Amino acid sequence: MCLAVPMQVIEIKGDMAVVESAGLRRDVGIMLLDKVKLKDWVLIHAGFAISKLTHKQARETLAIFEEGRFFG
Amino acid sequence: MEVCGTHTVAIRRSGVQHLLPGTVRLVSGPGCPVCVTPDRFIDEAVALARQGVTVTSFGDMLRVPGSRSSLEKERASGWDIRAVYSPLDALKIASDCGRETVFLAVGFETTAPVIAAAAMKALEKKIANFSLLTALRLVPPALKALIAIPQGDAAAQPPKGTGATAQPTAADTGLSGFLLPGHVSAVIGMQAYDFLPERRLPGVISGFAAEDIISSLLMLLDMHNKGIYKVMNNYPRVVRDDGNEKSRQVLAEVFEPVDADWRGLGAIPDSGLRLKAAYAALDARQRFAIQVENASPRGGCRCGDVLRGLIDPPACPLFNKACRPDRPLGPCMVSSEGSCSAWVTYG
Repeated sequence: MCLAVPMQVIEIKGDMAVVESAGLRRDVGIMLLDKVKLKDWVLIHAGFAISKLTHKQARETLAIFEEGRFFG
Repeated sequence: MEVCGTHTVAIRRSGVQHLLPGTVRLVSGPGCPVCVTPDRFIDEAVALARQGVTVTSFGDMLRVPGSRSSLEKERASGWDIRAVYSPLDALKIASDCGRETVFLAVGFETTAPVIAAAAMKALEKKIANFSLLTALRLVPPALKALIAIPQGDAAAQPPKGTGATAQPTAADTGLSGFLLPGHVSAVIGMQAYDFLPERRLPGVISGFAAEDIISSLLMLLDMHNKGIYKVMNNYPRVVRDDGNEKSRQVLAEVFEPVDADWRGLGAIPDSGLRLKAAYAALDARQRFAIQVENASPRGGCRCGDVLRGLIDPPACPLFNKACRPDRPLGPCMVSSEGSCSAWVTYG
């Protein structure tokens, strides 16, 4: 449930945004965060951005996913 | 104790508990919103489906048994029940299909603002055939119940004559500290846990990687050994100390606290959320007549005791015998983030 995924904002459309990670794109709501900008990294949960991360933090989290260390 | 289903799974998957000395025991509490939802909610959802309403839900609710049936069984019987990733998907289904569509609003404070935002969108886009069946729960009131802090003026004592025993105190349950949920905390902030230090209990907000959990446990043990009782944020890459005010505002726009029933913990005042008057049009319980019988407890199932951290899953007589991941009897086994399921899968 809490398994939120870091994705990068590539387009903003009002209170929605297109986010991308590993070639996957999704429309998500961004009305739960202040001042979301293009290229921001955000944590996506159930179709909404719930938190921001720095680029470095996003890379670290994605590396954990990619290495499979989280998924075992 | 940890109170987050994702922590339950992360801990058991990593095998961290096997590395700990015998003096340290990790206990799972009521961390899975699916697991703490009473049978009655499933019965209500089944009743709605049988009225021909399109029922949409997060996937993990579908296999949870109610008192007689589950949504998965009802779907196999032909009723329109769909798993969705986001309440926005449910809104799209309502908008595309035109039939009455209900979304099962289950979750803690990570998910409540998401559902609130979807509710606001429903009104904004005038999608009239969409409504919510709510079972949202709040984490801090459950923590207080676990360590027997009275809610407001009501003491954590059951009514006299029920034969039930009083809620255990922190000393009774032997709890020395809490691993606090990562993404719930990203919404509610550290200040939501101020009652913990007052009760001489340390708390650490933790991420979900094995390294996060180990470092958080170290912090908890350090505080315990030194008699320091604080709440610490060990997930600063995602959690701001003061949480997300915008999310809280969206939540407060749509929802307000209400007394709620928790499987295992019983009734806890102000521990749930209900739609505010301005959003009452979205309340499935007001829109539809939902008739359900009072459910009797399932014989032998000890989900309630597991959720309170009183027993480990193997102590339940049904564990991995009558109740297994492929044919679960209780929600702790159904949900991928339930203690029993995690215990079977990872040991």
